[in-house]
Amino acid sequence: MLIPFFYLLRDGGVKTSITELLTLLEALQKGVAGQSVDDFYYLARTCLVKDESHLDRFDRIFAVYFNGVEDSFVDLLDDVPEEWLRSQVELLLSEEERAKIEALGGFEALMQALRQRLEEQEERHEGGNKWIGTAGTSPFGAYGYNPEGVRMGQQGSRNRSAVKVWDRREYRNLDDSIELGTRNIKVALRRLRKFAREGAADQLDLEDTIDKTARNAGLLDIRMVPERHNAVKVLLCLDVGGSMDDHVRVCEELFSAARSEFKHLEYFYFHNFVYESMWKDNRRRHAERIPTLDIIHKYGADYKLIFVGDATMSPYEIVYAGGSVEHWNEEPGAVWARRLLATYPKAIWLNPEPQHRWPHTPSVKLTREIMDERMFPLTVAGIDEGIKALH
Amino acid sequence: MTDGKFTGTNTYVATEDLEVAVNAAVTLERPILIKGEPGTGKTQLAVEVSSSLGKPLFEWHIKSTTKAQQGLYEYDAVARLRDSQLGDDRVNDIANYIVRGKIWEAFESEEQPVLLIDEVDKADIEFPNDLLRELDRMEFYVYETQQLVSARHRPIIVITSNNEKELPDAFLRRCFFHYIKFPDKETMESIINVHFPGLKKSLLSEALNAFYRVREVPGLKKKPSTSELLDWIKLLVTEDIPPEALRTDDSRKLIPPLYGALLKNEQDVHLFEQLLFLDRRSGAQ
Repeated sequence: MLIPFFYLLRDGGVKTSITELLTLLEALQKGVAGQSVDDFYYLARTCLVKDESHLDRFDRIFAVYFNGVEDSFVDLLDDVPEEWLRSQVELLLSEEERAKIEALGGFEALMQALRQRLEEQEERHEGGNKWIGTAGTSPFGAYGYNPEGVRMGQQGSRNRSAVKVWDRREYRNLDDSIELGTRNIKVALRRLRKFAREGAADQLDLEDTIDKTARNAGLLDIRMVPERHNAVKVLLCLDVGGSMDDHVRVCEELFSAARSEFKHLEYFYFHNFVYESMWKDNRRRHAERIPTLDIIHKYGADYKLIFVGDATMSPYEIVYAGGSVEHWNEEPGAVWARRLLATYPKAIWLNPEPQHRWPHTPSVKLTREIMDERMFPLTVAGIDEGIKALH
Repeated sequence: MTDGKFTGTNTYVATEDLEVAVNAAVTLERPILIKGEPGTGKTQLAVEVSSSLGKPLFEWHIKSTTKAQQGLYEYDAVARLRDSQLGDDRVNDIANYIVRGKIWEAFESEEQPVLLIDEVDKADIEFPNDLLRELDRMEFYVYETQQLVSARHRPIIVITSNNEKELPDAFLRRCFFHYIKFPDKETMESIINVHFPGLKKSLLSEALNAFYRVREVPGLKKKPSTSELLDWIKLLVTEDIPPEALRTDDSRKLIPPLYGALLKNEQDVHLFEQLLFLDRRSGAQ
C-alpha cells in the first residue's frame, strides 16, 4: 500500500527515491514506529522528506492519501486548492446548507471571503500558533472554511485530536514556492554565489604546491587551481513605482543580496518598461537620466542582464512609440528591450507577481515573448531556475 | 532509558516526532540530519542522545576551512620532512605521521559511540559528497599505510545544518531528516520547567506571553528563539523581576524588561525603541 503513496509523493514534487522507501520499510519491519498512525506519519516523514521546504507538500499528500481521497489529488498541486475546496464543500454540504451559502452571496462571494480568511490565517500563523480553525464563530464555521475545517467536521470524533498532525500544515511558510523572506533570501544568495565561482585551472596554488612538494620529500610538485571567478558581472535593471510598490520589500532584499555578492554589479531603475534612458538615483530620476545606448556601449557583452519587474502595464507601453506613461518615447519599449538583449544575450526577467497570475496579463505575455520565455518568479525556486538559464 | 530508546532527558525535551526520528536512526544505524532555526537545540540533541543512551560522544565541529579528510586522518607531511632532515628514526614509518580525525576515533570506540558532525553546511560545498562512502559503509582507506579502517560499532551519527548551503541529494538519501520546528507554548513550558524547575507559575506564563508577543512583532530580523528565552528567564530570575512587570493588557506595550537578552540585532532593538517611544507618546496624551 506504500507504493502508490510513494508515486503520489514523487508526482507531487517531493523528491524521494527507492532507497528512502526501502529505508522506511526496513524501519517499519524493525518496529521503529509503534502502533499509532502518528508514529507512522513521523517515521515516513523522517525517511522520505529531506528538505523542509517539502514538508508542507508531504503533509498535504499524506492527508489526501490516507483519507482515501485520491481523485482530488490533482487539484491539490495548485497552491490554493480552490477546486478541491469547492468539491469538498459541495460533497459535504446538504441542500439546506447550500441554500445558506446562497444567502451569503453565492459561492463566489464565499470563496472570496474564504480566500481572505486563509490569507489572514497564514499571517497569524507565522507569529503564533493559531492555525487550528475556530469553527462556529464564522459564517464558514459550520461547513469549515479551509481543508482543515472541512475535515474537522467529518472526522473530529473519530480521531483523538481535532485536527491531525499532518493536517495542521505547520510547515507551510517554508515551502520554496512562496515569495522570498529574510530567511529564504539567504538560501537564494547561496545559489548566486555558486554561479559566481567557476573556471579552468590556470593559476599557481602556492599553498598546495608547498604541501605536495613536502609530501614528495622536497621534489617540486606544481599545483594549479581555477581562477576565482566571483567577479561575475551583472546589470540589474529594477522596475520602480506604480504597481511595483507592493513588491518593494522583496526587491530590496534581492538587491541587497545581489549587491554584496557581486564585485561588478551595475544597477539601473526604470519605470514599467525600458526605454531610451534609465536612472541610478530615484530621487533625481527626472534630472539625471542615463541614455540606454550609453549603458549598452559602456558595459561589455560579458555582463549578465537581470530585469526585475512585474511587467504589469498596458500593452501599449511596450509596443507603441509614445506609449510610456511618463514621457514621450520616440521608439517603443520592445525595441529597446530587444537592443539590450542583443547586446547581453545572457538575460533573465524576474517577476515578483505570483506565476499563476501571469497568463491573465497581456503585457506579461508580451514581455515573455520578448525575453524568449526567460521570465521567472521572484521566489527561491524561480531564482534557481533563472540562474540556470543565465549559464 | 536502558532499553535503547531515546525519550528525551531531564534536561532536554524531545517532541514525539523527534523521538521517532532519532529512534529510527538508532535502530537502522543511519545518520540523522537535524535542521531548524538557530537556538532550537540542534547541537544539544547529540549531547542528550549520548547521555540518554549512555554512550560516549565524539564531537566534530565544522568550519568553513574544514576538509572531509580531516575527519578521517591527516598526514603530517611537514613534520616528516623536518624529521627526515634531522635524521630522526621515526621518519621510516609513515604511520608515525598519520594523525587520527574524529571519525576514525569514533570508529575505533570500544562501544557504540554518538558522533556529532556540527554545522555541516559551514564547510565547502563538496564536503558532504566526500563523506558519502564513510557514512554509508562506515569504513575508509588510509592510502599512506594501505590500511582499511572500519567501524567496530556503527556510530549513531547526528549531523546538524543551519541551511547556509544546499546539501547534495546523494548525501540526503543516506540520512534520516528532522526539522526542529519552533516549539509551541506547551512544549516551551515543559522546556522551561526542565531548565528552571522551581520557577513561579505566574512568572512563567507572563514571560511566555511576553516572549511570544516579541516573536509576533512584524519586521524583526532575528526572532528570539529557545536559547534566548532561557537566557532571558535566567536574567529575570536573578534580577528578581515580578511577574506583574511583564503583564500588559495594551497590545502596544510590547517592550518587556531586559529585552537585550531577546534581541540580538541593533535594528531590532531600534525598532523596539521606536515602538516604546510611540507608546509613551500615546500614553502622555
